[in-house]
This record gives sequence, structure tokens and C-alpha cells, in this order.
Amino acid sequence: MKRFIGFIKKEFYHIIRDRRSLFILFGMPIAQIMLFGFAITNEIQNVDIAILDHSKDATTQEIIHKISSSKYFKITQLIDNESSIEAAFKKGKVKAVLIIEKDFTKNLTKENNANIQIITDATEPNTANSISNYIISIIQNYKQEINKNTNVPYQINANTKMIFNPELKSVFMFVPGVMTIILMLVSAMMTSISITREKELGTMEVLLVSPLKPYQVIIGKVFPYIFLAIINTIVIVLLSIFVFKMPIQGSYLLLAFVSILFILTSLSLGILISTIAATQQTAMMISLAGLMLPTIILSGFIFPVTSMPAPLQILSNIIPAKWFIIILKGIMLKGVGFTFIWKETLILLVMTVFNIVLSTKKYKIRLE
Amino acid sequence: MKNESVIIVESLTKMFGNFTAVDTISFEVKKGEIFGFLGANGAGKTTAMKMLIGIGKPTSGKAQVAGFDVFKNPEEIKKNIGYMSQKFALYDDLTVKENITFFGGIYGLSRIQIKEKTISLIEELGLQEIENKLVGSLPLGWKQKIAFSTALLHNPKIIFLDEPTSGVDPITRRQFWEMIYKTANNGTTIFVTTHYMDEAEYCDRVSIMVNGKIEALDTPKNLKSQFQVHNMNDVFLKLARG
Repeated sequence: MKRFIGFIKKEFYHIIRDRRSLFILFGMPIAQIMLFGFAITNEIQNVDIAILDHSKDATTQEIIHKISSSKYFKITQLIDNESSIEAAFKKGKVKAVLIIEKDFTKNLTKENNANIQIITDATEPNTANSISNYIISIIQNYKQEINKNTNVPYQINANTKMIFNPELKSVFMFVPGVMTIILMLVSAMMTSISITREKELGTMEVLLVSPLKPYQVIIGKVFPYIFLAIINTIVIVLLSIFVFKMPIQGSYLLLAFVSILFILTSLSLGILISTIAATQQTAMMISLAGLMLPTIILSGFIFPVTSMPAPLQILSNIIPAKWFIIILKGIMLKGVGFTFIWKETLILLVMTVFNIVLSTKKYKIRLE
Repeated sequence: MKNESVIIVESLTKMFGNFTAVDTISFEVKKGEIFGFLGANGAGKTTAMKMLIGIGKPTSGKAQVAGFDVFKNPEEIKKNIGYMSQKFALYDDLTVKENITFFGGIYGLSRIQIKEKTISLIEELGLQEIENKLVGSLPLGWKQKIAFSTALLHNPKIIFLDEPTSGVDPITRRQFWEMIYKTANNGTTIFVTTHYMDEAEYCDRVSIMVNGKIEALDTPKNLKSQFQVHNMNDVFLKLARG
């Protein structure tokens, strides 16, 4: 234990005396989260929606058909009462629910006025906005078609409702993404660089010749980064709450638990990189090109995964960040419990174990 | 006691695939001896040494270091040896004192032991003025001395030096060898690899490796007369040319 503490102390000296790492550790999280207060527009495609049709007549069938035959939407669920709407959203697949009022056709023909409600999941504000605009324009088109042959114009009113993030704050959507990137950066990139630095300087050899066991060396090296990553998580969550007034809907305990799991996943990736890379530069390049870039592009942080071509969608599954962002959005914005995110959590856990086993194997081969 | 062997190597072999890096080498090193381990680059010196210090697994053969078997007890060996690499691996961003404290710590020295050792070491090397300076700012010669001293912190039975004088000026090299002599006089065995042939003359006995095999092993004096030359450089050249 005493050896361990001495080791950790030394790691902290390394970190504190290196301005660059200090900046990455503390400057980046704050800069990033401020930067990403801006929105980025996205196109939508093949978005899963659910329908709650109270009328179920010819006209409503026609509208539903119009929507499902567009390339933008895929109707994946038919709901029969209001109370299952929330559940459909919480499962995470459905991005919008279309509610058609009772006696839709009767109201339309008799009173020339019928109503449709669109409920969207605003945890992704841009997508939510696009979805409702697209649906409204499809309904408008349909309205024009039926009005061609009549003197009295029929009115279909579509009103939109956002849930989970009704004020459409895009920063709410970016917080989980930024948090993911920061944790990835601190845990994976910084540890892989700090381990390869010992290799490059030749001190790793000296450590391996010492009575310290290889796993003790690695734990000693990664421990400070676990600590720093946890501090970063706290800073980001506090900034979100107090600067951006973002409410955290779910349990803080669950949030802490999954964050630590993701930190461990990232650390295991960092260790894996350090077993492959011989120099700090290689480690940095692999981290940037192999981790940061896919994390930003494929995780669904900026570009919705559902709108990507199929090969990229498949590829996105091996990006740990994708699963963590789903979990974070669930906990922070939708307030879901563990039962809704256990699958994603399990995936992260399996990835972590896989990385550690692989690193240990590679490490042994090198020693022999 | 005087003739006790602290390193016993018998037919030690290391293969990488089909390539035999170390080919059935055998030798013994006595307590307090300065043993020079010579060979051209790629002759297998480093591979052989790695097996002896417990970070490389031999393919076959036997070896005992400080009384422990390299196959069964590499961890025990590590506790009883010191190691200094050719890079004088110290942490540039730690001060002299912090480096000593850290390396003392990983060898399991108590806080009081570390304190005492640090004080005596700083006094011995005359480091009073630079004890709180970052190692990165020191000249190479200083780093080398500090690295050597930290490798001795836990009073190892044997110290392994991997080309300890590469890149250092002749005067500093001379001073360094004085430190080695002093250490050997205290009963610590010195196992040193080098490619400076003049340094080979300072050793009690030297072995010369060529293509994975030990081609010669004796005192420098006997080797010179055996090959009928005047210095170790010529001994080496005769062997290396086959």
C-alpha cells in the first residue's frame, strides 16, 4: 500500500508539472461545453415514429400511409391509448408519436376542421424540430390534395408538443456528448500517453525490473486519471445545472455509477493503445484518429445514427461512446431508471472486460 | 564465502521463432566480482541480461541469480538485484530528492529508511545544492551517478548495468568506474555490459558474445595473452571477425 501511494504521488507530480496535460485536463472540459452551446442542423431519415389513431377510418389510413411512404419516417409502433406514449419514448426507439383525434373524418367533413397532434422527443432538439416540420408539411400536402375538388376548404390543424426538453435547448443535447468526449480524452488518451512515455524514457523497464508486479504498475498509472475523470464529470454536471440550468431528471447515484463504468471502459482502451504504441506520438495519433474522431462522428453526438448509411450504423455499435450517450440522455433528460439502460450498461461492461483481457495477453507476449 | 557464486548460468537459450538469440550459454559470476558482458550490437547481450533480471523468459537451460531460479522465482530475483539502463531512467520532471524517494518506495523501503538513505546519498555525491532541482535540468554525468545510486538504494546483492557509460565524456566515465569499484569492494556483484573496450580492462573477468554464443571468457590479462594481442579491442576484433 505504501508503495502504491508513493507511485500515485509521483504520477500527480507528472501531471501537475506538465502544462499541456493540465490544460487538457481542466481547460478542455470547460471550453468544450461552452463551445457546444451552439446547434448544428441535421437532416432526418428513417426516423421511427409511433401512431395513436383514435379514428381508424379511411382518411386517417391515407394520412398514415402518406407518412410511412415518405423516406423520412418508419412507423414502428401502433399505440392504442395515451398512457403508453411515454413508455414508447422511454424505450428510446421512437422519436415522435402522432395522435389522431376521435372522429377525425367526421370533423373534417362536417365541420371542415380536424386535429392532429405531434409529440416529439426533444432530447435531440434539432431532430425533434425537423421531425415536426416534416410531418406538418406532409399533412399540408395531403390537405391541398383533398381541397382541390371542394369549394369549402378543409382544415387540418397540426399542433406540436415537445416532451423531455420542451424548451428545445440544444445545450441539453450536447452535455451528454461533451461529457463523453471529455471522459474519453482524459481517460483513454492521457493514460495511453502517460504509459507510453515511461516506455519511451526507459523508466518502464526499470519499473518492470523492480519488485512491483506489472499489474501494480498499470493500476498505479491509471489511478490518478480515474480520480481526475471523476472530478471532470462533477465539473461538467455542475456547469450543466448551474450555468445552463439543465435539470437532471434521473438518479445521481445511477449517473455516478455509469460514469465510473465508462471511465473504466476508456481507461481499458487507453491501456490497450499503450500496449500497441511504442511512443507517445503514436499513442496520441491512435487516440485521436482511432478514438476521438469516431467518438465525435459515429456516436450520435452530432449526427443522428439513424440517418447514417448502413455500414456506418453497424460500425457505430463498436463505439463505446454511442452506448454511453444513450445512457446519459436516458438518465439526464428522460429520467429513466436502470431497467431502461441495462442493455447499454452491459455492452460497456463487456467492452471493458474484453479490452483488459486483450491488453493482458498482448503484454505477456511482449514480455516473452 | 569469497568464492560463492551469485549467478550460475547453464546452457541458457532463448529462441525467437527459428532465430536463436542466445545459444546455450554457460558461466558463473562470483560474489563481489566485476563481470564484463561484452558483445557487438545484436550479439544477444541484452536478451541474455533480460532473462537474468526476470523480464524475459528463457526457452531452455538453467539459471540462478542471487540464489533464485529464473524460471520459478523471478519475483524473488527482482527484490535482490539492482538495475540501471543505458538511458539512466530517472524522471526528468521530478526533483533529485523525489526520484530517490520514489525508487526507494517501489523497492519497499520504509519512510525512515528512505530519509536516511536520501541524506547519506546526497552527502556522498555532493548533491546538496541541487537536491531540489528537476533531474531534467542536470548534465548527463549527474543523471548517471544518481541513477546508479538509486539502483543501489535497497542494497541489492547484484547490480546489472546496461551500457552505463554510453554518451558520457571520458572523465565522467572514469569517475563512474571509481564508483563501480567502491561498490564492488563493499561486496556487491557488478554485472556490466559495455561496448567500450578500454572499460573491459577494468573488469575482473569478461565474456565476449558473438552470434548468441559466448566465445571467450577469462580475465582481460589471460584473454590478451591467449589471443596474443596488447589490448581488449584487438581481442574483440579477432573474435568478431571469426
